Amino acid sequence: MSGTLIAAEVAEAVDRETEPIVNDLTIHVATVNGSGSQSSNNVLMRSIFQMGVPVSGKNMFPSNIAGLPTWFTIRANKDGWIGRKKEVDLMVCMNAQTAREDVEALPSGALCIYDAPLNCKTIRNDILFFEVPFAKLAADLSEDSKLRKLLTNMVYVGIVAELLGIDRGELLTALDKQFKGKQKAINANVAAIDKGIGYAKENLPSQNRWRVERMNATEGKIIIDGNAAAAIGSIFGGVTVVTWYPITPSSSLCESIIEYAKQTRIDEDGRATFAVVQAEDELAAVGMVLGAGWAGARSMTSTAGPGISLMAEFVGLGYFAELPGVIWDIQRVGPSTGLPTRTAQGDVNQVAYLSHGDTQHIVLIPSSVAECFDFAIEALDLAEEFQTPVFVLSDLDLGMNNWMSDPFEYPTKPIKRGKVLTAEKLTELEGKWGRYDDVDGDGIPWRTLPGTDHPFASYFTRGSGHDTQARYSERPQDYKDTVDRLAKKYETAKLFVPKPVVDIRDGAKIGFLAYGTTTWALEESRDQLRRERGVETSYFRLRALPFTEELNDFIATHDRVYIVEQNRDGQMADMIRLHVGEDQRKLRKILHYTGLPCDARTITDAVLKMESTVELPEPLLLVRADAKLTAGTVPLNSNAAPQREVRAED
Amino acid sequence: MAESTLKIGTGEAIKENRLGLKATDYQGGKSTLCAACGHDAVSNQIVRAFFEMSVKAEKVAKFSGIGCSSKTPAYFLQRSHGFNSVHGRMPAVATGAMLANHSLKAIGVSGDGDTASIGLGQFMHLVRRNIPIIYIIENNGVYGLTKGQFSATADEGSKLKTGVINDMPPMDLCALAVQLGCGFVARGFAGDPKQMVNILKAAIAHDGTCVIDVISPCVTFNNHEGSTKGYTYSKEHQELLHQIGFVPEYEEITVDYEPGTVREVTMHDGSTILLKKLEEDYDPSVPIEALQRLHRAADAGQMLTGIVHLRPEKKNFLSLLNIVDEPLATLPLERVRPPKEKLEKIMRDLM
Repeated sequence: MSGTLIAAEVAEAVDRETEPIVNDLTIHVATVNGSGSQSSNNVLMRSIFQMGVPVSGKNMFPSNIAGLPTWFTIRANKDGWIGRKKEVDLMVCMNAQTAREDVEALPSGALCIYDAPLNCKTIRNDILFFEVPFAKLAADLSEDSKLRKLLTNMVYVGIVAELLGIDRGELLTALDKQFKGKQKAINANVAAIDKGIGYAKENLPSQNRWRVERMNATEGKIIIDGNAAAAIGSIFGGVTVVTWYPITPSSSLCESIIEYAKQTRIDEDGRATFAVVQAEDELAAVGMVLGAGWAGARSMTSTAGPGISLMAEFVGLGYFAELPGVIWDIQRVGPSTGLPTRTAQGDVNQVAYLSHGDTQHIVLIPSSVAECFDFAIEALDLAEEFQTPVFVLSDLDLGMNNWMSDPFEYPTKPIKRGKVLTAEKLTELEGKWGRYDDVDGDGIPWRTLPGTDHPFASYFTRGSGHDTQARYSERPQDYKDTVDRLAKKYETAKLFVPKPVVDIRDGAKIGFLAYGTTTWALEESRDQLRRERGVETSYFRLRALPFTEELNDFIATHDRVYIVEQNRDGQMADMIRLHVGEDQRKLRKILHYTGLPCDARTITDAVLKMESTVELPEPLLLVRADAKLTAGTVPLNSNAAPQREVRAED
Repeated sequence: MAESTLKIGTGEAIKENRLGLKATDYQGGKSTLCAACGHDAVSNQIVRAFFEMSVKAEKVAKFSGIGCSSKTPAYFLQRSHGFNSVHGRMPAVATGAMLANHSLKAIGVSGDGDTASIGLGQFMHLVRRNIPIIYIIENNGVYGLTKGQFSATADEGSKLKTGVINDMPPMDLCALAVQLGCGFVARGFAGDPKQMVNILKAAIAHDGTCVIDVISPCVTFNNHEGSTKGYTYSKEHQELLHQIGFVPEYEEITVDYEPGTVREVTMHDGSTILLKKLEEDYDPSVPIEALQRLHRAADAGQMLTGIVHLRPEKKNFLSLLNIVDEPLATLPLERVRPPKEKLEKIMRDLM
């Protein structure tokens, strides 16, 4: 077979040159959406995890139920770098629609397993190809054509395992977990895996370029997606009212709440200590959250960008009338429908100032699944303490992809319910209180809950102008006092929101600033700069709005601060520019916005590019990054001095 | 025209209710609506109904959207928490509040603009879910607060002050509510306070969504020659479906009537609604009859009032959710935070 011949030649050449790379590779599987490849990919990923190798799994899927191309990327890395890596080491081509493109994108020397009819070997001659007649192999696995299709995908699991040295026993353990002990399904899949292993042993050349070997870096760790982590956090944070409207990529958050709450929040008599409502739209979802928060529930909803747009009016009411509620935004690519199944950090400005008039919101930004868990609890506390809508800004990469993590820790602190006056307290006060009276000087007034059994408990909540007694007012001073107090409340919030995680290195002139999932690529990029260039960098990981005082200090103590984020305009960078004033000349933007998660190499290349520019005429530099960087000098507009911009192209 | 109510007992007004409270304890702030506005007449009957039914106002939550009608919750039940929300979105806020605390008695006041246009979607879903709330639409056919534009309930051929004629058919919110499976649908008239108070008392006794469409004239923008929702026109065109009597569960039925002339409907809380037939026997529990009757009245240019549809047995949304008896809002920490072992088990399953 000519394919084998070419493969053998390449393999020989590769083997001559290098030692095998152990536990450091990216597997990219191209299939057709709806073909059931998810189970196969999970089994593959889990097997590597069970062998003790740090791993992540990212699903790059279309906005479609069946028929369009989809990819799954498994990254195994002994050093624990589990952010996205662009370069693919092992490609599995199962999709005729994309095979050519997939093969063409591979770096020279990569491995490629492909379905025989795709005849990929003719595309390039610097790839180690493994041709597999999947249909033929699957033919005797099942009579049922539908099941056969699913099992075909399990055959490649066997092939990959055999080529890389993944233990068969681990595949079986992972299968058992995937199919939750359903023996019939497990047996059928074991047969398919064995079919793959057998075929690889007898018909494919071996390769020694990449190996997976046992190590001990995943013991005691869990694998979970951020949405499920947020769901578990909310449940242990005592959420009582959850509303939602289905939208990718957030739906699985509330669906996970339903699943986990059924296991954990049913009383002995079979009754629920929570309510979940699928609303008619996002307006209703957030309206219910605020109504519930007003009446004293710990309430939340989850959505994505388009839902946030719809919630704008209600969120203004929540801010102005001071109603607690938590809103998760699992960001996807906008504007408009955008790329609903791809990731971005493009809602920063929108949530920071959502609604009309002067509004500013508390925003928590988790980077990891563990922070999704922690911030879910924190957000519920902050919403009630500050009597205001609180946003949690996650994204598709964090929310829907599989992440390795230490197990979540049981919360040790009791939940915080904020300033609520009870009937007893009202009696003590002889009924004298004002709903919007800042008696404590921190901008946060006291409230009562409807149903409080005291003749002076009631007050009237409204989105229109009001005085400290919650009476309707159009008096200029009343309005100004109200919004000034709200600003003071936001000041107070600086002391309570999660602090940034700051890593300052001695003598480092360069500082990085990032937030959310960008951190995975960023930490790896710092490692690359250190190892490859000997450059030490400091890092400020922002975790919340409002900005805290640490931000100014960090920028003040570094010569140049690269703000890396996953949107076109550098939304957070611009907010920081406004915040730091003079020091803004130190800021530079690195922007990655292709819909795919940002990767380390992009950041490293961008920093090196900008650092190599001797004297920088403009205070703010911009690198818009993607797979490859191409340099060029492009004036942004003719009136201003030209700004250096490095724009990436695929 | 026949009297709209059935005379029950002595008919004497009480001075103090069973909680020892006076009617003034149920009042609200001073109205800022136009003098003689229909909405103020409705507010007065709300005060009276809650007072006479001895409802504890501290356990009532008032809701509204935006518009003249939606200002009124500030003008009744001052001991109740009130929530004037955003335009057309009161149903969501009320739903959330009732999820948080299902021991509250909810009353919402909306208008025809707030409900039939911007809020139509939320209104329909509130009804579909059967959220326990008395949902009053103070219907005058115009947007009052923005100075007199037609609303979606304006009758075909009705005339604005500016001379503009409405050439689109009106939305019948009662028919819509029946269609959506509402268990309590009524139409009242602000100019018929006796009927109104009986409808409200019956609604207080109902455990589910009560849709009450009240023709409530706008004296400033829709009470002139050519208006079809003004006082004079409404009085002339009011058509009674039946005479209504309400007997709370703590009182005996003392009304005299000939056998076969009155329907007795027992409500969720044990009280009784008496419906005395007028021209024909009308069964309010059959949706198709309600729809037919509403359409017939509309075709004849009549303003049909009464309890159009009544099915007290329908389960409300909150009972379908199977939540604990106590309000979710005030459950203590140990009931809303599962024990450590539960988290540990979830973590083990993810390893």
